[in-house]
Amino acid sequence: MRHIISLLMENEAGALSRVAGLFSARGYNIESLAVAPTEDPTLSRMTIVTNGSDAVIEQINKQLNKLIDVAAVMDLSEGEHLERELMLIKVRSEGAARAELKRITDIFHGRVIDESDRTCTIELTDTCAKLDSFLQAVGRDLILETVRTGASGIGRGERILKL
Amino acid sequence: MLAARQRLTKTLPTIILRGSISFKFKVFVMELTGAEIAIRCLQEEGVEYIFGYPGGAVLHIYDALFQQDKVKHILVRHEQAAIHAADGYARSSEKVGVALVTSGPGITNAVTGIATAYMDSIPLVVISGQVPSYAIGEDAFQEVDAVGITRPCVKHNFLIKDVKDIAPTIKKAFYLAKSGRPGPVLVDIPKDISNHKAEFIYPSSVNIRSYNPAGKGDSAQIKRAVQILLEAKRPMIYSGGGVVLSGASAQLIELVRLLGFPCTTTLMGLGAYPASDKQFVGMPGMHGTYEACMAMQHCDVLLAVGARFDDRVIGNVEHFAQVPRKIIHIDIDPSSIAKRVKVDVPVVGDLKLVLDQMLNALRSSKQKSDASDLTAWWKQVDEWRVKGGGLRYKNSTEIIKPQFVIEKLYEVTGGDAFVTSDVGQHQMWAAQYYKFNKPRRWINSGGLGTMGFGLPAAMGVQLINPGATVACVTGEGSIQMNIQELSTCKQFHLPIKVVSLNNRYLGMVRQWQEFFHGNRYSGSYMDALPDFVKLAEAYGHVGMRIDKPSDVEPALKEAFARKKDLVFMDFQTDPTENVFPMVPGGKGLSEVILSEDL
Repeated sequence: MRHIISLLMENEAGALSRVAGLFSARGYNIESLAVAPTEDPTLSRMTIVTNGSDAVIEQINKQLNKLIDVAAVMDLSEGEHLERELMLIKVRSEGAARAELKRITDIFHGRVIDESDRTCTIELTDTCAKLDSFLQAVGRDLILETVRTGASGIGRGERILKL
Repeated sequence: MLAARQRLTKTLPTIILRGSISFKFKVFVMELTGAEIAIRCLQEEGVEYIFGYPGGAVLHIYDALFQQDKVKHILVRHEQAAIHAADGYARSSEKVGVALVTSGPGITNAVTGIATAYMDSIPLVVISGQVPSYAIGEDAFQEVDAVGITRPCVKHNFLIKDVKDIAPTIKKAFYLAKSGRPGPVLVDIPKDISNHKAEFIYPSSVNIRSYNPAGKGDSAQIKRAVQILLEAKRPMIYSGGGVVLSGASAQLIELVRLLGFPCTTTLMGLGAYPASDKQFVGMPGMHGTYEACMAMQHCDVLLAVGARFDDRVIGNVEHFAQVPRKIIHIDIDPSSIAKRVKVDVPVVGDLKLVLDQMLNALRSSKQKSDASDLTAWWKQVDEWRVKGGGLRYKNSTEIIKPQFVIEKLYEVTGGDAFVTSDVGQHQMWAAQYYKFNKPRRWINSGGLGTMGFGLPAAMGVQLINPGATVACVTGEGSIQMNIQELSTCKQFHLPIKVVSLNNRYLGMVRQWQEFFHGNRYSGSYMDALPDFVKLAEAYGHVGMRIDKPSDVEPALKEAFARKKDLVFMDFQTDPTENVFPMVPGGKGLSEVILSEDL
């Protein structure tokens, strides 16, 4: 089952590789991993999308907690949460097709951020599943480049991950 | 000596007094090099011995070591041995072992030792030199990414980037190594940083916000656990290395006696519960006793205390899960709980504290175990004891049986020696036939299974236990993996007794090849062995070769009477002898093979 795990860790050199190394050493999957410092520059917030059986997910949570640099771990999938991913996508788009592309972009609440004679670059922020749908709607043949950040997640309402 | 290095470093601002008379106050502040700071930190931690090997990147640290005499340096002959020696020191003493190695090959040689300590949760602080910080990343001479290469096999590691960080980092390293689930911690110090200067301030306490090791157990969980234990019809106590590490042997003994249940200890836990006690059923697992394997498999309540359901202990995990039983698991590391088996009552905490809580709960409980259930269960366990026939082998008057040597070793040393071992058949025979009655007496590489561990580990054991009897049970394969340490033993007068069970084969490999690979002894025959007697003598020690069973006991007596000498005993043992009982790899605990089954 797909899980989205959020964690707070010391913003120190090597902390990221400790997490990445843990996943590869123990054979866990990483679908995506997004990380950046928080409002407290000594802490980084990481969102990991992974999948596995309940037992594997339990081990992932425990093993992450065991890392000395990791201060807090929350399996967002265990409760109400929000997730968003940013995608930049460059599409081959000429003539009349451009209007159709813009129409699809509007439907998905995307934005055109760059245009040239033959290309159009769109910014889209949504759930990972929505981004997948957009890619499908545009069609693989026309896509020149796709850049995705991986999901970022946050708990709903009073579900807060803070030290 | 360091005081002589006081330097004028700070000048307070000029203070203007009334009348315009000005004074300058000068304050002396102790400023030391990074290397001196590192050694001062070790002194502050009460480190008596540091095991190491010098090299370019640690020259400043070696210089600082030279100019003091509180921390004694033990020069090994290979960095792997430095780590194993520090490891043996830690395992036999409850202290943190400390080692010092240089960059590049120094630290790569140390990796096997560090991984060995990591797998068995042994507290170590390893200091490694690194190329100068400005050269990092330039493929400098003897450069290797020490922090990267050790990351998967340390509890934590640090690369120091500022001389001011040395003292707080070493403080943290000791704290991390010994608190919670212990483990090795590496501190990598670039050469230039070890020569930069800073004021030496050793922090009095450590606070790591992202690290909060468990203490007491949850009282509600303990209540549940006690309830389940008292209602059990076929209970079993399964204890492991955690009991030794936590120093909870006394609590375990009290609990087992109070409950009246059978108790087993894993390879790593041997000695935590006295082997000569009647409630002890031996070691479980691949080469455990029949009764321990059967009781583990068929109990209805299993209390796991500081053990981790290792594949060598419970065998095939699906087979183990076929029998319904309630499992209570106490461990300081939550990730050890429910890793391989489902657990009904997890209790996270320091075993010593949790077992005390459990004992209190038991004493205050009005409920008692059903005596008739327990009697029936013991009857069953005793039947297994009879069926298993105990640990046994067919002795011979013609050829030395390895088990016989261990039995005699036990007798000659009065069961009170520190016994280190290497890895293989001899390790299993030592674990089976030397009845350990005290914790921290049995020193072996259980998790990683590192050949070459025994002799250097024995050096650390002997140093922290001067005057104690230290035996290294080994084989002709394992001993050659770190035999150069005989030279270290000579230099530092370590009267270790090497008990080598020489069967001219890599015995455990040979055994598996006999059982599972059609007697094709691929690569397991040790041809062209040295004359170990001459070799021991060449290193300045006493060598003995023992060929006949009747010579075993006199030889051991003679060797152990030589209190000041290292004696290398080369026992020519039966090359065809196998370790029994045996649960073959991938099989279940109740599929244990006894010697007559083959």
